[in-house]
Amino acid sequence: MFTINVNGVDHRVEAPGDAPLLFVLRNDLGLHGPQFGCGEEACGACKVLVDGAAVPSCRLPLQRVGAARVVTLEGLAEEGEPHPVQRAFSDEQAMQCGMCANGMIIEAVALVMRGNPTDDGIREALQDNLCRCGAHHRIVRAVRRAADELWR
Amino acid sequence: MSTAADGTPIDDWIEIHANGRVTVKTGKVELGTGLMTALAQIAAEELDVAVEDIDMAGPWTGRSPDEGYTAGSRSIKDGGAAIRRAAAEARQALLELATAQLGDALTVARGVITGPGGRRSYAELMGGKPFHRTIDGRAPLKHPESYSVVGTAVRRADIARKVNGLDGFVTDIRVEGMVHARVVRPRTFGARLVDVDTSALPDGVIVVRRNDFLAVVADREEVALAARAAIRPLWTDGHPLPPMDDLFGWMRRQVTDDSDLVSWPRSGDVAAGQRTIVRDYHWPFQAHASLAPSCAVADVRPDGAVVYTAAQGVYPLQRALAQLLDLPPASIEVIHREGSGCYGHNGADDAAADAAVISQELGRPVRVQWTRFDELVWARKGPAMTTRMTAELAPKGRIAFWSADIWTPTHGGRPARPDQLIAGRLRDGLAEPEATAYIGGGRNAQVDYDIAAQRVTMRWLRKPALPGSALRGLGATANTFANECFMDELAALAEVDPVEFRRRHLTDPRALAVLDAVTQACGWGLPLPAGRGRGFAYGRYDGTGAYVATVAEVSIVDNEARVERLWIAHDCGLIVNPDGLRNQIEGNLIQSLSRALIEQVRWDAGGLLCTEWDSYPILRFTQIPPLEVILIDRPDQPPVGAGEPATITTAPAVANAIAAASGVRLRQVPLGGQLR
Ligand code: FES
Ligand code: FES
Repeated sequence: MFTINVNGVDHRVEAPGDAPLLFVLRNDLGLHGPQFGCGEEACGACKVLVDGAAVPSCRLPLQRVGAARVVTLEGLAEEGEPHPVQRAFSDEQAMQCGMCANGMIIEAVALVMRGNPTDDGIREALQDNLCRCGAHHRIVRAVRRAADELWR
Repeated sequence: MSTAADGTPIDDWIEIHANGRVTVKTGKVELGTGLMTALAQIAAEELDVAVEDIDMAGPWTGRSPDEGYTAGSRSIKDGGAAIRRAAAEARQALLELATAQLGDALTVARGVITGPGGRRSYAELMGGKPFHRTIDGRAPLKHPESYSVVGTAVRRADIARKVNGLDGFVTDIRVEGMVHARVVRPRTFGARLVDVDTSALPDGVIVVRRNDFLAVVADREEVALAARAAIRPLWTDGHPLPPMDDLFGWMRRQVTDDSDLVSWPRSGDVAAGQRTIVRDYHWPFQAHASLAPSCAVADVRPDGAVVYTAAQGVYPLQRALAQLLDLPPASIEVIHREGSGCYGHNGADDAAADAAVISQELGRPVRVQWTRFDELVWARKGPAMTTRMTAELAPKGRIAFWSADIWTPTHGGRPARPDQLIAGRLRDGLAEPEATAYIGGGRNAQVDYDIAAQRVTMRWLRKPALPGSALRGLGATANTFANECFMDELAALAEVDPVEFRRRHLTDPRALAVLDAVTQACGWGLPLPAGRGRGFAYGRYDGTGAYVATVAEVSIVDNEARVERLWIAHDCGLIVNPDGLRNQIEGNLIQSLSRALIEQVRWDAGGLLCTEWDSYPILRFTQIPPLEVILIDRPDQPPVGAGEPATITTAPAVANAIAAASGVRLRQVPLGGQLR
């Protein structure tokens, strides 16, 4: 039995300690934001915020989460208002299939919270997040829009 | 033009509910392109309702119309035409109902009809009842000039949900009592399962083994994953693969079924000074490499089944599964849910069959999640092709004769029978069948240049080196690569500017318009910094589809070509949603650039070597150049698909640019790494 804090709420989960956090979030907590893309920390589809840092959850063992605060795509909204990055992804129509969108948004949230990035900084930050549909330019525009809104 | 809607009941396509919402049903699936939004726009336009009042209902056997596969960039053309016809008929029926109640001289706005006798909403007129009326195809269609919804950048409803993690992907389906399965497969094809060592498996794992079909099942997903890593199967060697470095030679030595697409003989003698030029071009096997591997959920009971899948055709899959499970087709409900972006015949059908076979075996609902290995190794590949081009160049810079010999396997292979599904072959010990029809390899084999004497011969391989099927563009990618690189080489030999050379061989004004638009946008012909070069390529998709012209600019840095920018002019007739269209074109350009520069399926004697992202890389953010997209809207022309056309001209434009920048002519994809 483990207790983890996800999206501001403590959850008791009965799962093996070596279960990847991704499966616990999806299968035990019923969250659909983080997606399985590779299970090898190579694509970014499964990213979540762990104490504010964007990390892949597909290989993070449940027992290592400890008291960290985990935030998923579902937990970004505040008082029912989507995070500016989420809004910007919608405004810029920054996806095709959207399978990569979780990882892109999570990484972008971590990035814009650190400061106002340059466009090159955005591309560097997203370098480990793959998109097969080719939505890259829209994604960069969306992050730019959100960053400008936050740091204006 | 007839559509899938003609002769069918309106109720199969459109329902108007008492609360005013409108359900529009389609047999076309959302592949991640925003198709549902575009179809909703078409319905809203013709029906005179707000696009926000429409709920699109995707493919679901027994509930949605059977429109076959969602493929070939025909979704807007065919699926859109059917919905347009159905919506027009529905509007006509509503007007007739309103005439009886409100008199003549009616006006319609946002689902409300107004006349001398007052106003009635569609919902009031229908009273929650069905239309009970057949679409006869005679209801008047709106003239495109009066369009107010089609042609505008309506936002996709699914994106607003996806940014919040709310959209239901197939991966998100959970059903009561469901267990998690992983399939266990080697990196070769045709291998037989000799033995399985299960001694290291975690507790609570069920092994499903029938012939060569092997899967591990557990209540918890991570246990199934661990079991897949712990199980030790012993496989035979499998079918030998031709040596990878001799693939194209091997292809040319195979027995082929040959057919001429064109055979227009030369007339008269060869003119004095005419030169014959022969060149060979090659295209490798490439993977779909969807971001998330295929996934499916199946619940098979003795009397029927429910299957959730991201496959491109729910009805064709229903028929194939019926044979696989030995159940009547009508007892199998196949429900489409979105998967990762789909660019052709990927692993979706096979994952569904895997889930169905395991579920039938266990009598429980089963979720199969393919791994990256499964997807990269076992999803069918876009086939390799090899082409010999021959031309005779007349002294005045005209092509006097043009021929192409194209070696390709079929680009079809969609499952209609158990032996066309991986699960069927492995479970029942069936061999991969030989091609029964040759599909797709001939797309864009024939050029639309004005050349009087031509011969284009398809040399169809009966058996491919690797299992193949449709991947975005099908044969049009390799064929346009060969055609447009060859055109550039001929232009250089004729000492004519490559764009001017094409202009001399084109007469279609829409072709000339994309050529002009893209060359103006990039400033074709202006001087470039040293070490830079530009390349051009043109194509009309599949001979009757969209017109595209692409310019690539490259620089050569450290003996490697770097693409600095791409421009494209794109004419797909009437534009339904300009932003959705741009999104499609940008995606095509980036994906096709990745394919052109770095993608190729590799193997050795032990099987495929592309097993994870490191061994099948795709372009990343910092490798992607700026793009300029020029849309040419033609409201007087029917809309044709945009899912594939912008893919076909990238590789030749880049190869031509590399030749311009470096003087080195590359004739084989992937183009990256060859200048070293
Ligand atoms: S699924 Fe975790 S990085 Fe790919
Ligand atoms: S939008 Fe499909 S993978 Fe990025």
